[in-house]
Amino acid sequence: MAASPQILSFPGRVQLTEPTGIPEFDRLTGGLPTGAITEIFGSPSSGRTSLLLSLFAAMSMQGKVCALVDSTDSFDPASAERAGVRLANLVWVRCNRHAGHAFKAADMLLHGGGFGLIALDLADLPRRVLQHIPLSYWYRFRRAIEHTPASLVVLSTEPQVKSCATLLLETKRSRLDLSGAPGFHLLRGLEMQLLPRKPVRSATAQLRAEAIR
Amino acid sequence: MYACLHLSESQEEAGESLLALARQFTPLFERAAPETVVLAMEGMERLLGSPLEMAEAIEKQAREANLSVRIAIAGNPDAAIYAARGYSGITIVPPGEEQKWLGSLDISHLPLTPETEETLRRWGIRTFAQLAALPETGVAARFGQEGVHLQRIARGEHSRPLIPWHPDLTFERHEELEHPVELLEPLLFVIGRQIHEICDALRQSSLATNEIQLVLTLEGNVENRRTLRLPVPLNIAAPLRKLIQLDLEAHPPQAAITGVRIEARPVMPQRLQTGLFLPQAPEPAKLELTLKRIEKLVGEGRVGTPEIPDTHRPGAFRIQLRQAFQTEPARQEERRQISLALRVYRPPLEAEVDLRDGAPARIKAAGIRGRVLNSAGPWRTAGDWWRNDAWSRAEWDIALSDQSLYRIYLDIREDRWFIDGRYD
Repeated sequence: MAASPQILSFPGRVQLTEPTGIPEFDRLTGGLPTGAITEIFGSPSSGRTSLLLSLFAAMSMQGKVCALVDSTDSFDPASAERAGVRLANLVWVRCNRHAGHAFKAADMLLHGGGFGLIALDLADLPRRVLQHIPLSYWYRFRRAIEHTPASLVVLSTEPQVKSCATLLLETKRSRLDLSGAPGFHLLRGLEMQLLPRKPVRSATAQLRAEAIR
Repeated sequence: MYACLHLSESQEEAGESLLALARQFTPLFERAAPETVVLAMEGMERLLGSPLEMAEAIEKQAREANLSVRIAIAGNPDAAIYAARGYSGITIVPPGEEQKWLGSLDISHLPLTPETEETLRRWGIRTFAQLAALPETGVAARFGQEGVHLQRIARGEHSRPLIPWHPDLTFERHEELEHPVELLEPLLFVIGRQIHEICDALRQSSLATNEIQLVLTLEGNVENRRTLRLPVPLNIAAPLRKLIQLDLEAHPPQAAITGVRIEARPVMPQRLQTGLFLPQAPEPAKLELTLKRIEKLVGEGRVGTPEIPDTHRPGAFRIQLRQAFQTEPARQEERRQISLALRVYRPPLEAEVDLRDGAPARIKAAGIRGRVLNSAGPWRTAGDWWRNDAWSRAEWDIALSDQSLYRIYLDIREDRWFIDGRYD
């Protein structure tokens, strides 16, 4: 049975959210906001993509159809499968480092409707490209998604969505677990800290991404 | 209850009009002969009234269509057929009185072989009643199964299911253009009309299509054939027209068009039982259009559902445009751990790697440079050794001084280092 949505109060408005099945995430945020934009940003190797794949896994396992707009062709289906994503419920758009195509594709998917989670991955795009993204795109996305049961998640290195994001999360790597006897090290995982930047809260969450070979 | 319509001798060429007349009353009818149709009238009493009123209604429609038909209504198809062939005007054969009504008919109405007819006439059998009166065992001994069949028809006892007639199910439209067309807009006008007609025909037959062949005749009598395969069967004109438009925009014909032919392969429409508590999924026709639009934008083979083929080759995947979503929620399970994801470089970045004690110590590649703080490996994998594109590599997970975590590998066959991706 699908998890039922929760209603949580953000300052100034009531926001519908969907539980993700990641207890630390749900405790910190109340779930993934629906009909709104969530942005996850952080430095490379801070666990952003691992978190996104977990969100995909949770939503696709609930029977929702998800879409990933991959601006830099960096999505790894094998990682997604290990994370528990139902690949049959995922639509993957490969934009070959073309930011314009990524934004247009995301716009079409948002207006197409019926998706539970749409992710726009901008994490590996150069800063000079991201600086040229008009702010109006985000307003357009926010208008397209509001009053729908879908969530739009934007993955980036630095905040891009600005005021249009309902939930802004920063990921920070707190520890790298690469250990073992000398000469026989094994990458076991990484621990990350989840910091809510909007709405600003002092609470944080600790998550661990396990390396599975 | 069955009604037989039999065209009079002067109108035998009006078979198509007769079919149209039959179709006005029921979709279930048999074309017993080019000039004879039998209509299943069971359950039509509430609509048309008594058998006589039914026959009168049919006769009225026939008159309006300028058809002169003999009408007979009986309890079985064969009784209705022979009554219509034997008597002019309207004949109502009451149930149980078939033998009485058919008895006076000449045996020449029966489907007899010349040998059987000659034998029967030599015996003095002229009418249905005389044939019906013969002992059944004797008829069976002399004529076999055929004789028994003929005798049952003559007695009005032969009951059989109707063999429904269907038109040839070809969903194809063809049009030769008066002038060669070079622009997409006027071409789409022609295509739109054809698609509309095909979709109407599909819906009338409760069918849909999952494959459309668009054959454009170009100047110089060259054929340009495009095949559109749809992941879900459709019978709505608007999305099909748009899909053809997107395909033509992506693959424009190389010369002006002089003829258009569209063929649709009929299949059963998709029927989905959606649940009140199941999550919503994209509407199939709308999603197909959206994906085609995106495909036009990003290129062929760059949008779809990822699949992992049955191979150990690192990074292998397929991407397919299909809609086979699993909208049933999975059973509640234990909390799933977060798995460390890899962001892959496509193609892998070639790197220069300095080794110390057999392990990477420093790395340099396009946009990536640093000292290796920690490493794990090597993980040796190889496969497909029987093929030209065999692979053999030694993988390392390395943590660089810039806080990034990479997977690198040595291509053992080429002795070159590559960065496979970054853990994130």
